[in-house]
Amino acid sequence: MTLRVNDLKVYYQTLRGDVHALDGVTFDLADGEIMGLAGESGCGKTTLGKSLIRLDTRMRHVGGSIELNGKDVPIADDKAMVPLRYHEISLIPQYAMSALNPTRKIGKMINELLRSRGVNPADRAEELKRRLELVGLDVDVLDRFPIELSGGMKQRVVMVMATLLDPSLLIADEVTSALDVSTQRAVAESMVEFRDRGFVKSMMFVTHDISLVYQMADTIMVMYAGHVVEKASADTIINEPKHPYTKMLISALPEVGSKGAESRLEGIPGTPPGLLNPPTGCRFKDRCPLAFSKCSERPPMVEVEPGHWSACWKTGGE
Amino acid sequence: MWRYIGRKGFVYVLTFVVAVTVNWMIPRFMPGDPVRSMLSRASVSNPEALERMTNYYSEIFGLDTPLHQQYLSFWAGLFRGDLGISVLLYPEPVTDVIMRAIPYTLALLVPAIILSWIVGNRFGAFAARSKMLDNSLLPVGYILTATPYMWLALLMAWSLGIVAGIFPVAGGHGYSLRPDFTWEFISSLITHWVLPFFSMFVVALGGWAIGMRNMIIYELEADYSNYLQALGAPRRLIRRYAFRNAMLPQITGLAVQLGTIITGALLTEIVFNYPGLGTLMLDALDNRDFFLLQGIFLFVILGVLIANFIVDIIYVLIDPRTRVQMTGGSS
Amino acid sequence: MSNIPGATGVETGAAPEPIGGRKGSDTLHFARRNPKLIIGLGIVVAFLLLGIIGPFFIDHGPNQYIGPQSQKPSGEHWLGTTTFGQDIWAQFVYGVRATFLIGFFGGGVAFLLGTAIGFFAGYKGGLVDEVLNMLTNVVLVLPALVVLIIAVAYLDARGLFIQAVFIGLTTWPWAARAVRSQTLSLATREYVDLARLSGRRTWRIITTEVAPNMSSYLVMSFILLFGGAVLTAAGLDFIGLGPSDGVSLGLMLQNSVEWSALQLGMWWWFVPPGLAITTIVGAMYILNVGLDEVFNPKLREL
Repeated sequence: MTLRVNDLKVYYQTLRGDVHALDGVTFDLADGEIMGLAGESGCGKTTLGKSLIRLDTRMRHVGGSIELNGKDVPIADDKAMVPLRYHEISLIPQYAMSALNPTRKIGKMINELLRSRGVNPADRAEELKRRLELVGLDVDVLDRFPIELSGGMKQRVVMVMATLLDPSLLIADEVTSALDVSTQRAVAESMVEFRDRGFVKSMMFVTHDISLVYQMADTIMVMYAGHVVEKASADTIINEPKHPYTKMLISALPEVGSKGAESRLEGIPGTPPGLLNPPTGCRFKDRCPLAFSKCSERPPMVEVEPGHWSACWKTGGE
Repeated sequence: MWRYIGRKGFVYVLTFVVAVTVNWMIPRFMPGDPVRSMLSRASVSNPEALERMTNYYSEIFGLDTPLHQQYLSFWAGLFRGDLGISVLLYPEPVTDVIMRAIPYTLALLVPAIILSWIVGNRFGAFAARSKMLDNSLLPVGYILTATPYMWLALLMAWSLGIVAGIFPVAGGHGYSLRPDFTWEFISSLITHWVLPFFSMFVVALGGWAIGMRNMIIYELEADYSNYLQALGAPRRLIRRYAFRNAMLPQITGLAVQLGTIITGALLTEIVFNYPGLGTLMLDALDNRDFFLLQGIFLFVILGVLIANFIVDIIYVLIDPRTRVQMTGGSS
Repeated sequence: MSNIPGATGVETGAAPEPIGGRKGSDTLHFARRNPKLIIGLGIVVAFLLLGIIGPFFIDHGPNQYIGPQSQKPSGEHWLGTTTFGQDIWAQFVYGVRATFLIGFFGGGVAFLLGTAIGFFAGYKGGLVDEVLNMLTNVVLVLPALVVLIIAVAYLDARGLFIQAVFIGLTTWPWAARAVRSQTLSLATREYVDLARLSGRRTWRIITTEVAPNMSSYLVMSFILLFGGAVLTAAGLDFIGLGPSDGVSLGLMLQNSVEWSALQLGMWWWFVPPGLAITTIVGAMYILNVGLDEVFNPKLREL
């Protein structure tokens, strides 16, 4: 088991109180697993990605634990997290286009980063070149400034840089949303290849684009309003979802293979509840056609069939 | 690269043309007779000499020829380096009078600008280190930028010159000395230089520190800083990047601030009666020596433009982004 | 200062609930707790009141020769007297009033010019933008005070308002630049597009859709222009190009230098006016930083 997240609670501090962005999130991520993390914007998926590597100043770890390869990940302790960052847990950020220092040549910046993390750049130089070629980049990008690269090229440079130390866990946050369709596919394919070659052990792929996730991910986890509602293999989620929210989410997609999930999600009547004072019980109950009295209690994540977890009183009972 | 420089160059040439035109227009379109008003203050008692001067200046202004001809001959004179004859120091040409003052102004201005820029940037980056430093250094910076140049000069002259008696407070060198390469003269030059230089340096410092502090905070919040933090890079590396990147807009700021600093130099010189362009300008004003005044104006504008152009070229050479775009990078 | 308009307190991922309606009270909340804003505002208001009310308590003109000459500050003459026996406190109080007037009018003219040109250039784009931008760059490079000296030198009678207009005419460019870049980013927003499609006139769109969305930015620009105008006016006054028969803090400095206050050790003549200028303008700048922190949530946490 690579990653085990247990009842994780991370709140955002605001003037009017805490926003319960992650409210008891539990899941496992196996060795070699690529997990797509899907849900509407504001459901907490980006917060989850951030929590695993670096909490920003307004985020507060309220409860729950994270284990990586059997060791505790002390996310509340910024200093204690430093040794894990990059070496064990790495990130391809949402803003990969602007993630490189604009005034440093790419190769120089990577070397400075490696050296600052206690790695001799010469030890990784060959590997760096090999991996750049693997994603279809010329080695001479190292001698260029970020401005000289196209968006897709920068994305791939960041990908190679982020995984250069062979981390156990890679968090990819909306990495494809800024790219055109063909580049999206190329990036997604190289990510799978990176996993296959063992450059990263497992991967969490945060996106709102379910169709893209379906093509590359082994499993998909769906979040709603700070809770995990369902996790199963990609096929199962797309073809036989159990949770009413997942069902509506999937049926709102015109057909698998076309993109643009975000706009379709608005087809579900109602809006997600505010997370400042979230309702008790199932968070989907106000929009759920199957809701009944029991739903005012929070449904636990139940393994309805092997590898298929769902948090719903209606499906859990089966 | 050449397109960028060409474009900048065009703006500067245009600015120069506008400045010359304004310079030409003002005495002609403002109410009153410039020649009479000019000579009314000239201390010439000999009526014959006064008439000679009146004739000379009327002819220079060429007020009886058509406007466009006046304008063209103004430009022609300019290209010959002929800015007219000073009233104040009749019959010395304005150009000579100005040339004598320029070294003093440059001796104040160039070190004050460069040193205040370097030290101010350091201070600003230092202030951005912690909230406490920021809260104490930032107001100091703002108060310094709010200080009128001449007032700080007055305070310095009074405290370090008059009260403490450490430095002389008037002139560019001892009055009894003649310009010469003797140690005595040079040391006199230096002691007279210290106070005006220092008061300019201090006022200018504040602005640079504030600019740097704001830029570095902006850089520390930039995506690349965030990403480096997520990858566990030490603060030191992130700060180094932020400082370097924040320097670039500060170089542009150098061009923008130039006018203010030059103005400050002129005002400071007046307080110390330092024999540069500022003091000369005040004399010209007091004596209504419009030719001298206009000559100073043109020299100052020219200086600003040249300095701006130098700053532009430095910027192009330093910022890889512009450099790359100019040598035809791929995107 | 990159994204003051439209910035909300919390990123979209974190706070799904609508927060628009509570933004106003947020601003107030931070404003009350921001020492820079409170102190800066306090000082500015104190001087403003002194400038407005002070002169009513002085029963002689500021330039009248009323007392003994070259007196140190005392109970009778709070700030002492000049070499001619003028009461420096009286000059000071009137000078503070003049400082606010020149700041308000000089800064105001520059503000109107700068924002109008900036809005227009940013909103219209294309050739209009190109030309206005060129104009802005040209005026930006010219050192305002030096141009002013040339222009003002030829005026025989100078008043405060003439001075204000001239200052406004030469100091607007950076405001135009700043407003232009803000407008550029706002002009492509949906609601502006909508207004444009519905055929409204350019000026109405600018005043009803664009300007309100950058109001905090505009307030801060005005404060900076105000401070700049005060300093520029002080410089002009100091060279002897101030109001012909008025009082101002800059003129006080000029007189003190001209009549050798420095050599005579009459510090009470030149310290107060400069101190007042520095304090007023400095307080405004600090007030501005406070405003920036209040309006721009990113800076709240530093």
